[in-house]
Amino acid sequence: MRNVFRGLGAVFYKEVLHVRRDFTTLFFSLIIPLLQMVVLGFGIDTNIRQVNTVVYNADGRRESRELIDRLRNSDTFRVIRYVENDHDLTDAIVSGRARVGVKIPVDYSDRLIHKMSAQVLVLIDGSDSSVAGQAINVTTAIGLDESLRRVLPDRSTFAVDMRPKLLFNPDSRSPNFFLPGLTAVLLLNVTTFLTAFSIVREKERGTLEQLFVTPVRPMGLLLGKLLPYLGIGFFELCMILAFMRFVFQVPIHGNVFLLAFLSLPYIFVSLSLSILISSKAKSQGEAIQLAFLTILPTIFFSGYIFPRETMPMFFYIISFFVPGTYFIDITRGIILRGAGFTHLWVDGLALFAMGSFLLIVAARRFHNKVIMA
Amino acid sequence: MPANQNNHVEAAIVAEHLVRRFGHFTAVNDVSFRVEKGEIFGFLGPNGSGKTTVIKMLTGLLPLSGGNARVEGLDVRTDPESVRERIGYMSQNFSLYHDLTVEENLKFYGRIYSLEPARLKRRMDEIIQINGLGPYVNRLAAQLSGGWKQRLALGCAMLHEPSLLFLDEPTAGIDPVARRQLWDLLFELSGHGITFFVTTHYMDEAERCSHVAYIYFGKLIADGTPNSLRELPDVQPEGTIRVEITTPEVTRALRLARQIPGIRSATIFGQSIHALIEDHFNLDDLRERLLKNGIAVAEIRPLAPSLEDVFVELTYKHQAQMEAARA
Repeated sequence: MRNVFRGLGAVFYKEVLHVRRDFTTLFFSLIIPLLQMVVLGFGIDTNIRQVNTVVYNADGRRESRELIDRLRNSDTFRVIRYVENDHDLTDAIVSGRARVGVKIPVDYSDRLIHKMSAQVLVLIDGSDSSVAGQAINVTTAIGLDESLRRVLPDRSTFAVDMRPKLLFNPDSRSPNFFLPGLTAVLLLNVTTFLTAFSIVREKERGTLEQLFVTPVRPMGLLLGKLLPYLGIGFFELCMILAFMRFVFQVPIHGNVFLLAFLSLPYIFVSLSLSILISSKAKSQGEAIQLAFLTILPTIFFSGYIFPRETMPMFFYIISFFVPGTYFIDITRGIILRGAGFTHLWVDGLALFAMGSFLLIVAARRFHNKVIMA
Repeated sequence: MPANQNNHVEAAIVAEHLVRRFGHFTAVNDVSFRVEKGEIFGFLGPNGSGKTTVIKMLTGLLPLSGGNARVEGLDVRTDPESVRERIGYMSQNFSLYHDLTVEENLKFYGRIYSLEPARLKRRMDEIIQINGLGPYVNRLAAQLSGGWKQRLALGCAMLHEPSLLFLDEPTAGIDPVARRQLWDLLFELSGHGITFFVTTHYMDEAERCSHVAYIYFGKLIADGTPNSLRELPDVQPEGTIRVEITTPEVTRALRLARQIPGIRSATIFGQSIHALIEDHFNLDDLRERLLKNGIAVAEIRPLAPSLEDVFVELTYKHQAQMEAARA
């Protein structure tokens, strides 16, 4: 009998028994990603709102109070305290109680009334660059707007009127941005860990050595092991998508079946990766460390959190070798932009090529370092 | 149970000039032996001497760097898959799935060897009966004691009725009763025509084998029945006799004995010393000399060499040859 898949059925049967017997592991590996989703979905908001602000209003007349109202109405600032001198203003920022301090000078109203330029000091804590950037933009915009209002005659329009329109995520909701990317991280997490564990466990027990002396062929062994976890990974993907759609109300603009289809090459990559890991790791502890090594680049270099376009050249190049990069492109493309196969086939192909390459390397390593050792 | 009986001229294993190199290191160096059907072949040697490498070569896991090997009449180089169909293998750590029950472990191996349901059922019943696993069928393998794990592992290895079984240190770490029971079972099975290839560290187990071979740093330095090895000229050179000296002070006696001319070699065995002495040597003189040095001798009597003596003598001789070759 020359069946290259010899033993597939037997190994599959046994793997299902393992999973059934160790139900808690399965349960937690499926539930923890959902908990992560809840934490990140509700907890992370990239939109900067309600920045703690202290105000030192040395003027106190109507014009100055109007300016403060405009700041408060911007939604960016939340005035937590009014202070009476420069020292308290700086102290509030140094101590971390406030990120922004606004000082309106004593002659603010006078200068405005006399059509002179009035200066307002805005102290910004630069230790968080995104908060600082937002504070600069909003205060500058308010200043500009105030100035124009005073220069232009009433009810006249601006000469150039920019009308930005946000496509796909009009409310700038963070879950819409984060959750499609999170799918990539969580899916990699589940499949890589579970599969690498299941192989390394057999290495530890010595059962793998035993299997090599039976008629089981390497392809039968690996596929028999991978298929159950491919199924679990796929199930996990469906759960994540359902959670995202119905709990976090992220609308899916594209075709969900296309998403399912294009997730296959990605799961393929992560399974190949797990074979590679298990060919190296001698213990489950070592497998955990190696698996984390694959998770971190996915979080940092895939564009999941930091936009790839702003990365230094070196990291930008690295991001091309991170499978998550392509899958995040696929999930965001389909879920947010309603992209179709014609837009995304390159990503799918890249993943498939990556998975094949990894599988060949992994199979070779497995053959040389595990079977022949 | 016996397979291939029509093919009775063919030996179970024919290894000819096996060589295995790992880079510049030669792990197995020109090893030849022959295992007849129904034999219990004991394969001995210190750790790292190449025992496992030879097993891996014979089961087709490691390509041969040189030589030929036929297992059950099949060439392991060209047809390793067919070889693996016919052999069973039990490793020293009883490779079982601990989270599967006894029955599930057996079933899994049955599926691996593609046994049809009816045959699988029959074989499982037989294995459970032979190995006395009946009361434990639904127990997880993890909950079995060492001896029962070993029986289950053996059951899994012979489920598909192999005609040749490789047992790699089958009794490492199990209690003496289970050890004895395993050997009784091996004798019974070998009576049905199954061939066993057993590696072990226990000399008493080696004595039970019908055929033993000793491998030392990749070289096979002994091969034959236990009795034929005892009579080898290298073990029992012309003009020497082997004696056992029983004394309460073995350590001091050994130090002294090694200085006496006419005593070729001496080793401690429990409360006695085994010595190879020249046969012109007077045993009474020996007793005198020991007494003069304050060592009381209870008894001196002639002794047939044990297998351990055999392997020790052959190892010394091999080392001497190696050094001579280097000089």
